[in-house]
Amino acid sequence: MEIKKSALAGTLESSDVQILLSPATDGITIDLQSDVKKQFGDQIEETIKKVLLSYKIENVHVKVVDKGALDMVIKARTITAVQRALDIVDEPQWEVL
Amino acid sequence: MKNKINRNIPDEIMREQGYTGFDSVEFGNPDIQRVAPKVTATTGNSKVVASLAEVIEKTLHNGMTISFHHHFREGDYVFNQVMRLIIDNGYQNLTLAPSSLTNVMNDIVVEAIDKGVVTNITSSGMRGSLGDAVSHGALANPVIFRSHGNRARAIETGAIKIDVAFLGVPNADEMGNANGMDGKAAFGSLGYALMDAQYADKVVLITDSIKPYPNTPASIKQTQVDYVVEIDAVGNPDKIGSGATRFTKDPKELKIAKTVNDVIINSPYFKDGFSFQTGSGGAALAVTRFLRQAMLDKHIKASFALGGITKPTIDLLEEGLVAKVMDVQDFDKGAAESMHLNKNQQEIDASWYADPANKGAMVDKLDVAILSALELDTKFNVNVMSGSDGVIRGAIGGHQDAATAKLTIISAPLVRGRIATIVNDVTTVVTPGDSVDVVVTEVGIAINPKRQDLMTALRDLPGVPVYTIEELQQMAVQKVGTAKPLEFTDKVVALIEYRDGSLIDVIHEVKD
Repeated sequence: MEIKKSALAGTLESSDVQILLSPATDGITIDLQSDVKKQFGDQIEETIKKVLLSYKIENVHVKVVDKGALDMVIKARTITAVQRALDIVDEPQWEVL
Repeated sequence: MKNKINRNIPDEIMREQGYTGFDSVEFGNPDIQRVAPKVTATTGNSKVVASLAEVIEKTLHNGMTISFHHHFREGDYVFNQVMRLIIDNGYQNLTLAPSSLTNVMNDIVVEAIDKGVVTNITSSGMRGSLGDAVSHGALANPVIFRSHGNRARAIETGAIKIDVAFLGVPNADEMGNANGMDGKAAFGSLGYALMDAQYADKVVLITDSIKPYPNTPASIKQTQVDYVVEIDAVGNPDKIGSGATRFTKDPKELKIAKTVNDVIINSPYFKDGFSFQTGSGGAALAVTRFLRQAMLDKHIKASFALGGITKPTIDLLEEGLVAKVMDVQDFDKGAAESMHLNKNQQEIDASWYADPANKGAMVDKLDVAILSALELDTKFNVNVMSGSDGVIRGAIGGHQDAATAKLTIISAPLVRGRIATIVNDVTTVVTPGDSVDVVVTEVGIAINPKRQDLMTALRDLPGVPVYTIEELQQMAVQKVGTAKPLEFTDKVVALIEYRDGSLIDVIHEVKD
């Protein structure tokens, strides 16, 4: 699937994460800001990539501002951002969820 | 070598600095030789000096040890003014030995380190830009962290030999009689500074209010003071203590506080004449409120409350639920202001409060201590010094000292954000698990297996599930996942002394 427009999900509150997806042509790039990057940076990126993969997105730039979100929050915010970026908020892909 | 709790202490540090490894929380009854300060006799001429610059020139030489107290906390004007002059006058190789370092002191200490003005530091703690700089190897020599009781011990035995103490006070007379409870920048108890006044070779009082002679009550006495300097303002009253401390509304903190209260009132120590110490965190304040109700309900009164004092504790004193407040520092305005009104709010120095090497400290008589933790491990060891990223951001304070109480309760959430509070091994051991009795989290409690008596007393409390500490650790991991281990270099940037002066752990430089 191709990202058609930039889309944002999440807030900057503690224990939340803000995910900004933008169209790109050179694969998946992730720019991660997080206070727990040292301990959980790899896991955060892996969770996001898994979601992108399940939507078959191959080219996207992801800007992540993490405020210590748990894994399920990161997953939920990424799914929301993807649905918005793909303009399919009215047709959730249940098999992905 | 590895010390008793399996922490690796580099041999060269043990050898070069003459340390022994931590072995036991028992101090025993050793004979200890104290040191005495050098006294320059004077017969009552005024000690008032015109300026800070002049008094620094009179007293300070390269290589000396200087000290400050942190009773002005984030409202301190004295530290920055004195350090500015010291830096600008090109002094070198000083040892900085304050009772602690607050955030307002960070930037100027970092500058002093960069310029070679300060080459050694001993403190209760540090945080912010200073903690960051030290954790990244800014100092060649490791910082030595000591608890408030241990600092008193180290000063008495000469391990810390203070050449010049620069002590800010909200009032003083021309001879140096001073207290902390009156004046624009009043902060209450002078507890930590009393050690410096008693043991430093030169004692400089810095005040913004010269009182008629003789100024009483005199916590610091003219017999101890060499010079008095008047400056415009010693502190910002709005930042010295937090204003009215608010009661937490955080449901997690309230749950923890309520459970702490359940643990206390169902322990064998909750009886008439018991004593307690609480910290200043949200949960600790809430505990004070729950405890008040329990004391009213069961007609139980406390003999004393100890340590850093807040307004809710003063309320208990005024209500007659606490007989005495033994006050080494005041965390808020309410507690500071009440000191000269309440004769049962006794100012105590750091030695009386918590020093193991004297003829009896208040903490020896303490029944219940409620303490916090950045991290706690399955051996019940507590870290209050290094953050989740390995960077120094905390203070020992009275943690090790109060933890020797008969019932030491550590209150901590299972996780903070994505960081587990209960882990397999804490990054830095500050307080050994041997002195910790009960851990209280929002999901339930864990009891140190060596306290089977408490297990019997607390096993069947309604609404207070008892887990093993390993079970709590597992719950935390399930929530947040397994963290990648932090990376450090071989360089040691800080030493953590136990309260008896042995080495309990070291902190390494973080690898970025």
